[in-house]
Amino acid sequence: MNRLDKLESDSVSIFREAYHAFKDLAMPWSMGKDSNVLIWLAKRAFCGHIPFPVLHIDTTYEFPEMYEFRDWAAKEHGLNLIVWINKEARERGIGYETHDPVTVTHELKTVALQQVMAKYKWKALITGIRRDEDPTRAKERYFSPRNADFEWDYRDQPPEFWNQFTTDVGEGEHVRVQPLLDWTELDIWRYIEREKIPIPSMYFARTGPDGRKRRFRSLGCHPITHPVESEAETIADIIRELQVTKVSERAGRAQDHHERNAMQKLRAKGFM
Amino acid sequence: MTNSELENLKLVVVGHVDHGKSTLIGRIFYDTDSLPLGKVEAIKKACAAEGMEFEYAFLLDALLEEQEQNITIDTTQIHFRTPRREYVIIDAPGHKEFLKNMVTGAARAEAAILLIDASEGVREQSRRHGLLLSLLNIRQVIVAVNKMDLTGYSRDVFERLKLEYGAYLEKLGVKAGRFIPISAKLGENVVRRSDKMPWYDGPAVVEALDLFLPTSTQSHGPLRLVVQDIYRFDHRRIIAGRLESGTLRVGDELVFVPDQKRSKVASIERWHAELPPSQAQAGESVAITLEEQIFVERGQVACHVSAPAVETREWKATLFWLGSEPMRLNQNYEVRIGTQKVQARLTQIEKVLDSQTLEPALGARSEVARHEVAVIRLRAKRPVAVDNVDVVTPTGRFVIFDGGRIVGGGVVSDLVYPRARASDVVSGNISWTEGEIAREERAELFGHLGAVYWFTGLSGSGKSTLATGLERLLHRRGIHCYVLDGDNLRHGLCSDLGFSEKDRAENIRRAGEVAKLMAEAGLVVLTSFISPFRADRQRVREICAAAGVPFVEVYVSTPLEECEKRDPKGLYKRARAGEIPHFTGIESPYERPLAPEITLPTHEVPLEECLAILLRDVQKKVSVSGTARTGLEAAMI
Repeated sequence: MNRLDKLESDSVSIFREAYHAFKDLAMPWSMGKDSNVLIWLAKRAFCGHIPFPVLHIDTTYEFPEMYEFRDWAAKEHGLNLIVWINKEARERGIGYETHDPVTVTHELKTVALQQVMAKYKWKALITGIRRDEDPTRAKERYFSPRNADFEWDYRDQPPEFWNQFTTDVGEGEHVRVQPLLDWTELDIWRYIEREKIPIPSMYFARTGPDGRKRRFRSLGCHPITHPVESEAETIADIIRELQVTKVSERAGRAQDHHERNAMQKLRAKGFM
Repeated sequence: MTNSELENLKLVVVGHVDHGKSTLIGRIFYDTDSLPLGKVEAIKKACAAEGMEFEYAFLLDALLEEQEQNITIDTTQIHFRTPRREYVIIDAPGHKEFLKNMVTGAARAEAAILLIDASEGVREQSRRHGLLLSLLNIRQVIVAVNKMDLTGYSRDVFERLKLEYGAYLEKLGVKAGRFIPISAKLGENVVRRSDKMPWYDGPAVVEALDLFLPTSTQSHGPLRLVVQDIYRFDHRRIIAGRLESGTLRVGDELVFVPDQKRSKVASIERWHAELPPSQAQAGESVAITLEEQIFVERGQVACHVSAPAVETREWKATLFWLGSEPMRLNQNYEVRIGTQKVQARLTQIEKVLDSQTLEPALGARSEVARHEVAVIRLRAKRPVAVDNVDVVTPTGRFVIFDGGRIVGGGVVSDLVYPRARASDVVSGNISWTEGEIAREERAELFGHLGAVYWFTGLSGSGKSTLATGLERLLHRRGIHCYVLDGDNLRHGLCSDLGFSEKDRAENIRRAGEVAKLMAEAGLVVLTSFISPFRADRQRVREICAAAGVPFVEVYVSTPLEECEKRDPKGLYKRARAGEIPHFTGIESPYERPLAPEITLPTHEVPLEECLAILLRDVQKKVSVSGTARTGLEAAMI
């Protein structure tokens, strides 16, 4: 087995454990590269089916191309898609135009997720986070319990080894199931290349008005997500680029840099 | 780097607190140029802001809390690359409180670096971590003797430590690949070879790592497909699971352990594959269909008929305990082996190992405390499929859950594999579990034996009051029981019977047969019948004896005058008035038992005391320890 086969197999196994342990579960889907790998792995795990709903937390600030991709992919994969917007916050005027990114992200992503969880009462969420994305994610478990306030108690996490996972949840609690934990950004791209997984075209470099070529390495809300300079126009280019770059993946995501320990604050409050 | 499929090796770094694990990792990252741009600058800036000296360890201590407490709180997992391969490095903290995190991290590792502080020497955690590496089956170990700069790069210090710790590892059966003198802080012998220690001519740490091999999955081992689930999303009935060992081919005959049902593999399913696979290797998550529609469920392990896993209910293991409550003898625990989940009792603590000396701790123990390692025996309520850990690792280890969390882990040893008998292979269905379930097996599941408590005495003597009172007490104590009396038998099973002498005898015979069946099924049956004739009661006693069911005759010896005084249903009055013919004690005799097991004069002994006598007797007679175990041993392979 090569590295990708092994990663795929481990992830498929985690999907199956999650589906067995929690019949009430959902999979958030951001339409980004990792999210699309998750969709693919779920279909591998369940032989062409995705036996739970797929959730898009719509901040209303997505790039237009992402909405197009969402509607196309939902049909292509036969997804049971649930779209959720924190309408209450938008009506209160919360937005990037007037508020700082940490507040907006909290309201439109984390609070929105809390709202939709309260409605559907899912016991588990399958998320696409990876350990290499950010130092605070390095300490995650494959099955990571969250309390009723969505808080992550990283000081006292349950032990996890030999493919035995924490599957007991109390009232109002849920478990984050994280099948991509061991994958790196490079693995994701190699897998997308090998499997020919459809992804939004914004990941590929395009020439901007200033004549310089840029691409998105990570996709978030349009007011706070900026492309990085890149010549990579194909997946093979991207892989070559990643092998030499020292720019971190989330460099283009403003909410991470707004203040010291921003990511840590976001995550402790329930951000993925 | 040009190759697109770089090899990957998972590495754990362990050792006593403050012996330099985080520093070594930080240094490796720095020297192999594996840090994201701006990381070192960011940490240096943060240090300046806090007025602290920059340390390599800070590169890992990403969370603010950790920097405040100055100890690593949890396992981190980060990647670095050498020209040879990519490494996933797991930083396992040495602080005793966080052993669970160390195990969580180290359990996934293929190789280990164990750090010992040259200036401090071998410490408790150095030994404990060595012991855990052996339990976690990590065979490739580098012992890095750190802080050599503090000893003036003394060869003597290094050689002494090498001798002392090498002997310890040898006892554990761990082959220390290499001892390397280093200074993590100064980068001596970390990535580049040091010129400070000319007496050492071996490789630096990272060079030595490159010499390790990734753990090969056990494709050549015996087939073990651990069943995770059965899917029926479409027309296919798919068995989903993970191939933990061996090679699976379409057409292979599989036996599912425990249960011993057999079928051939019809197909291996893979969504979006150009061609359906014809075989699968160890490590793969697979989905298969079978030729026959046999009963398969999660927890079973599919094996080749020629080399099946052991089916057993009892096994010996070496176990490490992480729970804050100690593991106690004779207590039941939830055990998970692969996808099997079973209740099992800790039946024996053979020895508790002293991590310093590896010798058994002194004195008999009735519990295993947190962070201790012990050799134990477990007994499960139903058979499981299991292997010796040195035969198939993933099916040879288990964890113990309590309150939804893992509180311990163990590795199995000393199982005896049954020889594959020619007849067994041919007939396809002969195995001891295929036969009748023995009485003791039911007892194991219930946690007690079945029995018949036969209450006899005059009408109004208190039989029903005692039987129902006892039923409530037993029920609360988890003993499965049921009251049989005239009311629930006469209306159904015996509705064809009247009150003639012959019919009354038949009524008792039927009650006896039903009581015996229910006791055989595992219940404690409490009967409440006047049953006035010795011959009838004797016959029930014989029915039970023939089936091996314990029979206890309870004589409720309340005298007639007292019963007539109580007369709860007004029956004596009606009998005296001649309304009820053949009424026992009035027109018909009551033959009192000559040698009852228990006699209860309810007119002299208070009800609560009578119940206490009964309860004690039941608990003694139906307890599983002793008699049941011997029977079980005989039933085991």
